[in-house]
Amino acid sequence: MVEPVLLWRRLVGAQVRSQLQYRTSFLLDLFGSFLISFIDFLAVLVIFHNVPQLGVWSVREVALLYALSSISFALTDLLIGHLDQFPQKIRDGNFDILLVRPRGSLFQVVASDFQLRRLGKAMQGVLVLVYALAALHLHWTVGRVAMLVVMIPAGVVIFASVWVIGACLAFWTTDGGEFTNAFTYGGNFMAQYPIDVYASWLRRFLCYLVPLGFVCYFPALYLLGKHDPLGLPRFLQFASPVVAVIAAAVAGTIWRGAVRHYRSAGG
Amino acid sequence: MRLDWEIAKRGWRRYAAYPWATAAGVFTNTIFGFLQAYILLAVFRHRSHVGSYDAADTVTYVWLAQALIMTVYVFGWQELALRIRDGAIATDLSRPLDPQRYWLAFDLGRAPYHLLFRGVLPFAVGALVFRVHYPSPLEALAFAGSVALAVVVSLGFRFLYNAAAFWLLDIRGVMTVAITLNLFLSGMVMPLTFFPGWLRSIAHALPFASILQTPVDVWLGKHHGADLAGVLALQALWAVVLLGLGRLALRGGARRLVVQGG
Repeated sequence: MVEPVLLWRRLVGAQVRSQLQYRTSFLLDLFGSFLISFIDFLAVLVIFHNVPQLGVWSVREVALLYALSSISFALTDLLIGHLDQFPQKIRDGNFDILLVRPRGSLFQVVASDFQLRRLGKAMQGVLVLVYALAALHLHWTVGRVAMLVVMIPAGVVIFASVWVIGACLAFWTTDGGEFTNAFTYGGNFMAQYPIDVYASWLRRFLCYLVPLGFVCYFPALYLLGKHDPLGLPRFLQFASPVVAVIAAAVAGTIWRGAVRHYRSAGG
Repeated sequence: MRLDWEIAKRGWRRYAAYPWATAAGVFTNTIFGFLQAYILLAVFRHRSHVGSYDAADTVTYVWLAQALIMTVYVFGWQELALRIRDGAIATDLSRPLDPQRYWLAFDLGRAPYHLLFRGVLPFAVGALVFRVHYPSPLEALAFAGSVALAVVVSLGFRFLYNAAAFWLLDIRGVMTVAITLNLFLSGMVMPLTFFPGWLRSIAHALPFASILQTPVDVWLGKHHGADLAGVLALQALWAVVLLGLGRLALRGGARRLVVQGG
């Protein structure tokens, strides 16, 4: 268990060091990544310029949802966002190289092409989180602190599982990359807002079946001590870690199955 | 003219070659459309109008924006910049064909493909599920013209920020700022009607509104008579201004261009 982590640190560490060689270029990229993802929060502010409440949610509460989803998503993007380029590896045959090396194929894909500049995305999420927490005056209990600490990694695992399953599509078509975006970038967009605004069919599909509602909606209800406008059972607010484990198991199984059936185009 | 037509056909074919990419894009645009439609409809539980938009106008905006997202190409485009960086621009400049004219013709071939194959289906899905506004025949005609002008304005803008590559080694920073401004101020992220007054004025004073908000408002019938002619003329003006600036940048850049190696 320790060995892959150490290896990952060495591989990623080397990439980070090389990216930091061009200091100005790196800082510009970091700022760019910050700027372009911050647009989504401007959209939230534009909405609340027109209404004091979105359903039963105030701007502060939506800011909290936004921040938590953004942070989980941005960390996932930082860790494995380069899976978006995975179809290219299949198309040009470079995936075959990974298969003959003595490490897991998913591990090798994930440990290559790490881009530290994606941290800019997480930074704007943290900024919004600071605003939301300062404005909300939450009553902090041990349970809430624990929830905040646990929900982010759980959210990362859920997003990452979705991303991996999406990347598996490349084993069948290398042009369908954007299909995955609906669930990764689309999932982040969805999770930034309270899910009770969506129609029930869309909720069933994107919040429960693809379990993106567990990234921040349910845990945030607990943090806010808020009555669920959907009236769903309370235990769901604590279910995110379990959902994350199940999602990861499903994603791992699908990846291994896909690799087993993979036939190289040769080259 | 014959030459432009041939280049345009290649623009169409480049994208038509990847039907799965098109299908995946349609799916993603449709999901985003549903999400944004429900989010914005939640606003109309509290009030019946935002500016001149009612719920049906807003939902129509959402699906038109998703339908036009590829047609007016708001995301990153760096084909010219890459050619400048790797020196291929030197070949382009020695051809008896102006690079700007080439990319304009190419883009005017690409855009109809994206309108037809990336635009029609998401809009049709949206129109089936939600109550949307349909234009009168005259509005539809004006919309077609407005979209065509929007594509030219968009290409003019993209060409301009790509030309920065003559001066900078890496245009990623410039491009990110350009995309951010375009996404937000064109009305792609939120309709400009929802903006606070001061920000809306800024957006309408810049070329970005001509890239998305204007065609959408033309479809929605928000402009009539002289006003309609006025917004179309403004789009045409921005097209000319941006293409003109791009031309100046190309001329200035070509003069200082040094291509390494051989």
